[in-house]
Parts: sequence; structure tokens; C-alpha cells
Amino acid sequence: MAILLFLVPFAAGLAAFVIKSDRLRRRLLFSVACAHAVFSLYLCLFPSGGEDYRWLWFGLDALGRYFTAVFSLLFLCASFYAVIYLKEEKSRPREKKEEGLLFNNAPEAAFTGCLLVFLASMSLLALSRHFGLIWIAMEATTLVSAPLIYFHRQRSSLEATWKYLLICSVGIALALFGNLFLAVSASGQGPGTEISIDRLLGPGVRLDPLWLKAGFIFVLVGYGTKMGLAPMHTWLPDAHSEAPSVASALLSGALLNCAFLAILRFYQLCLANGLGPFCRELFLIFGILSMAVAAVFIIGQSDYKRLLAYSSVEHMGILCFAVAVGTAYGSMLQAANHSFLKGALFICAGNILAGFRSKKIADVRGIAHIMPWAGVLWFAGILAICGMPPFGAFLSEWIILKAAFSSGNLWLPAVYLFLLGVIFIGMTGTGIRMTFGVPSIPEGKKSFLSLLPALLLLLLSLFLGIYMPAALDGAVSGAAALLGGQG
Amino acid sequence: MLDVILMLLVLFNLFSLGSTRISASIRVVAYQGAAIGVVPLFLPGKIPGGILVTIVLVTLLVKAGILPWFLRYAQKRVNVRREEKPFVGASASILSGVAALGTAFFISSRLPIPFAVASPFIVPVALSVSLTGFFIIISRAEALSQVIGYLILENGIYLFGIALLLEQPLLVELGMLLDVFVGIFVMGITVFHISREFEHTDTSRLSGLADWLPEVKRSE
Repeated sequence: MAILLFLVPFAAGLAAFVIKSDRLRRRLLFSVACAHAVFSLYLCLFPSGGEDYRWLWFGLDALGRYFTAVFSLLFLCASFYAVIYLKEEKSRPREKKEEGLLFNNAPEAAFTGCLLVFLASMSLLALSRHFGLIWIAMEATTLVSAPLIYFHRQRSSLEATWKYLLICSVGIALALFGNLFLAVSASGQGPGTEISIDRLLGPGVRLDPLWLKAGFIFVLVGYGTKMGLAPMHTWLPDAHSEAPSVASALLSGALLNCAFLAILRFYQLCLANGLGPFCRELFLIFGILSMAVAAVFIIGQSDYKRLLAYSSVEHMGILCFAVAVGTAYGSMLQAANHSFLKGALFICAGNILAGFRSKKIADVRGIAHIMPWAGVLWFAGILAICGMPPFGAFLSEWIILKAAFSSGNLWLPAVYLFLLGVIFIGMTGTGIRMTFGVPSIPEGKKSFLSLLPALLLLLLSLFLGIYMPAALDGAVSGAAALLGGQG
Repeated sequence: MLDVILMLLVLFNLFSLGSTRISASIRVVAYQGAAIGVVPLFLPGKIPGGILVTIVLVTLLVKAGILPWFLRYAQKRVNVRREEKPFVGASASILSGVAALGTAFFISSRLPIPFAVASPFIVPVALSVSLTGFFIIISRAEALSQVIGYLILENGIYLFGIALLLEQPLLVELGMLLDVFVGIFVMGITVFHISREFEHTDTSRLSGLADWLPEVKRSE
């Protein structure tokens, strides 16, 4: 049954390429997103025995269920925004302020189709039990998201698309090496051992530690490129700033988490073979480096979509840091909060961009006066993503801090707090300057409908911060239990 | 015979590093794909004949047929003949190729394969092919050269996989081949767009996006 999570959006995506009517296509996008979200949420919160969704190399364990539910909810909100956005884009050929050139967008059918196939390939990734299949799904997400970035047919988005394609393809090629190394390390189990999670986590399986270590390094660097870990993150700010905001929200909120999921799959194997400390050390290095790089580029950033992109680099660093200090629970919770908040912020950014016609922070002043809803949501989102209570990110970052303290090494919480503090100052400073003050344009767009998904996503994160129902807690701990339990 | 093929692959590496003519590079990639495609025929056989033939034929078709043809088509369409300004010149590239070969041998001596393999040179040669591809991606400025580099990188990984681990399910192998295939196509199409939009395909001049542009003064 769970395979429907892949098949339905895939079929709908193919259909979207040939459907002529705009209205029908938009309805298809939204209804598939609704069905996907409802089904995956149901699977996540009410797992019926868990193990019976298994067929060939497909199956949803607690980890897969949790990640699917998170990106599916984000996709639902993003697709609602996409429908409104596409309607607006269709009505006028836009002018890009900086270059003064008229440009046309890519055909809407291709955009919608790619969105749906993108959802399908992320579901495939979460469903896969075979490492080869995980790799195929990961590469597929790159290929179908490239046209999403290139939606505005203009020079800068083309440049971003090229960097994205090349850097991520090379990264994923390295991850393929990692998979092959895994197969070598599994060869002791007899010829032709399937490199599937269930086979390799089975009783009595010992993997060759040397090749497994080498494999983990390659997978971490390879999928880490896709996840946006520094120093392999260079494609990320370009792609996130040039893509239309719907695509940025999905790239940042959904795709990065999926890459993290692929790394975690490998980490599960390493844990079972006693390589936990080795992996956590690597997670720690990449985690802190990513947070530090993000902090440097957030201070002094001049483009607000790039600001959000660097904030994503920071949060990916936090996810790795959390696993490194031993709180998979905190990492899972943080992943969900990051998805929802970053989705909300990118949708706000899309609205601000539509009103102010500029991505430069310096050009945007006084959002709160002329676009009150956008201003409120933007500022609340910035505070939330920096870890202000009562939003969920506060809770998860607090759990991670506690784990860092109890790890015994006082440097870890000190560095973590320092970097979070620097980023907090950088982001809220920018947020205040953009939200308040004398407006830089006379009149903004006052559309509440296109901000509704951002409001919903913010409320979701708020909900995670103040109330944790038992079913949700069960889902998060279930996912964390696969990664060595909570610390 | 296997060792002869592997030696040829090393020569192809050096040749592709030394040539700045795109059409020559494409030809070498096609030869390389063909050489890698026939490798399974010379492995001590545990694989049923039907599957073996399928793998060889599909690999030859994709890596020595369709992809080089497509690259050639792309080259004609965007009209580039040679790598005008590579970041690293031809002779330095060849020297780097030799260094890459040495590195590959060093790495594979540190990572012993835990089972019997058909030839001790498979792992070092596969690694050196990949390193060559990697080097071409970072040392060339033409977008098409970078696509060729990516294909070489993938060829190295494919050689590693096919020579050591042919017993993995056929479906997964074909899926990987398909992904690479589609990947090259998407890259090629992006190159068309770049050439139409910018009237060149020199990626070193694709530098509009950066964090601290000199002309962006923060106005506070």
C-alpha cells in the first residue's frame, strides 16, 4: 500500500505534462498533494504494526514514515502556494528589476509535472530499502528539480541551474562509490549479497569495517553535497535564491532532509557494526563547520533569499551536530521544525519579492506598513527559525544543547551556543531592518491567500513547540530509536 | 586480456587529459565506454549468459553509442571546437594524470579487497579513471568538457562496480545506467540553453552569482 506514495504522484506528474487545461492541472497538483499528505500523516501517526508495508525493496520503517510525513505536509502547503503563484505568473510577463529584461517563464505544464515527479522521487527515497534504489531516487530528485530552478528563464537562474546540476551530480557520483564500497564490505556474507537495509541489518551480519568506513566517508561527502553541508554547500545559495520561491521552499525544506535521510540509512548500518563513534566524529566536524560557514555568510548578507539559504546550511549543520552529540530525537524534531519554518519563510519571501520586486535586503524596508500580513509572518518566521520560544525550533535546539552539555565536553555546547548567537543577531537584525521603518515602495500587494500556507506552516511549528501528543511523540521516538535511541 | 583492456583505459585517461579538442575527447570517451562495456566478458564467469549479454549490449549501446553521439550533436549545436582557456594546460594535465594513477595505486594498496578478484589492477584503474574525470571537471572551463569529465567519472565508478560486484540485481544496475543517461541529457540540454542565452559556454564566465560582489555596497 505504501508504494502508492510513490506511484500516485509519479503517474500524476506524467499526466501533468500532457494535460492541456491549466485549471485541471492545478487541481490535479493540489489534490494529489492533499491525498499524499493525508495518507502519509496517517501512516506516521497510526502505524499498524509497522512491518507489514514491505514489498520487494520497498517498505516504510519509523524513520521513513516520519520523514515522509514532514515533507508531505510541506509539499501540501507549497502546492497551495504554487497554484496561486502560477495563476499570477500566467497573467503577465514579468520584468526583472535588476536587468530590465523581459523574460518568460518555462511552460507551466513542465513545472507542475516536475513538482509532482519531485514528490514521487522523494517518496521513493523514503520508501527504498535497497541502497542502490536510494541512490537512484536521490539522483532522480536532482534531475527533476533542475527544471524547477530554471523556471524563470533568465541568465542568473541558468547559472544557478548549471552549478546545481554539476556539483550535485558529482556529489552523488561519490555517493555511488560509497554504495559500491558497502557492497565490497558486505561480500563476506557470500557472493551476491543484496545491499538492502533488511539484509544487512539482519542477525549475524558482520560487515568489513575498513570498507564500511570508507563507504561512509564517501556517502557523507556525496549525499552531504546534496544536503548542503559545508564545504560542499556552494551550489545551495545560488539555487535557492534563483529558483521561484515554491521550489526554494521545497528544495530547502524537503530535499535537504531527504539527503540527510539517505546518510542516516548508512549510519544505521555503521551503528550496527560498532562504528558509531567514528561516524559521530565526522558528523561533528561537518556539523560545526556548516554552522560556522553559515554564520560568516549570514552576517553581511545582502540578498534575503540567500540569507534563508545560508540559514538552511546552518540547520543542516545542527542536524548533524545533534546526531554527533547523541540525541537523534532532537535531530528528528529539528528536521521537522526546519522544514516547516523554512517553507513558511520562503513563501513569505516569495510574497515580498512579488511586492518589492527586489531580492536585495537594502531595497526592502517597512514591510509591516504596506504588507501587514507578510511583515508579521516574515518577522515571526525569522524569530522562530533562530530558536525563539514558543516555536518548535526552540524546543529541539534546547534538547540538543542539553545533550551537548551531557556529552562531557564543554567546548561543544560553548561553540554551539556561540554560533547560534551570532546567527541570531545576524538574522534578526536583518529581519528588523526589513520589517520596520519607512517603507521603500508606496504600495504593496495585499493578498492574504498567498500567505495562508506560510501561516499554516508557522502554526505547525508553534504546535510542535507547545504541545506534543502521544502519537507524535511515538513517531519521533520511533524514528530516533532506529538511530541508536535518544540520548 | 583483461589487463590489456585495463592498460588501454590508462592510456585513454592520459589521452583525454592531453587533448583540448572537444571532438577528440568525445571519441576517447566512446572508446573508453566500449572498453569498459566488454570487461564483463573477460571475468571468470559466475553470471548466467543471458544476463551477461544483456549487460554488455546495454552498456555498449549507452556508453559507446548514444551518449557520445549526443555529445557530438551537442558540440555541433553549440559550435565549440576546442577548450580555449583551460585552467590547467595540456602537459600539466597529463602530469596530473600520472599523479592520479599513482594516488589510485596507493589508495588501493591501503584498501585490500576482501575476496579474490580477476585482476589486481581493476581497483587502481577504476579509481584513476574516476580521478581523471574529476580532474577534467575542475580543470576545464567549457561546459561540454565538464559534461565529458562527468561521464568519465561515472565510467570509472561503473568499471569498479561491474568488475567487482556484478552479482547485484540487474534492475538496480540498469536503474543506475538510466540515471546517468538522463543526467547527461539534462546537462546537455542545459548547455544548449547556456549557449543560446550567453552566446558562449565558458563556465568561468558564469559568475553573476556570488555573496560579496564588488559593486554591491551595503547602504547603511
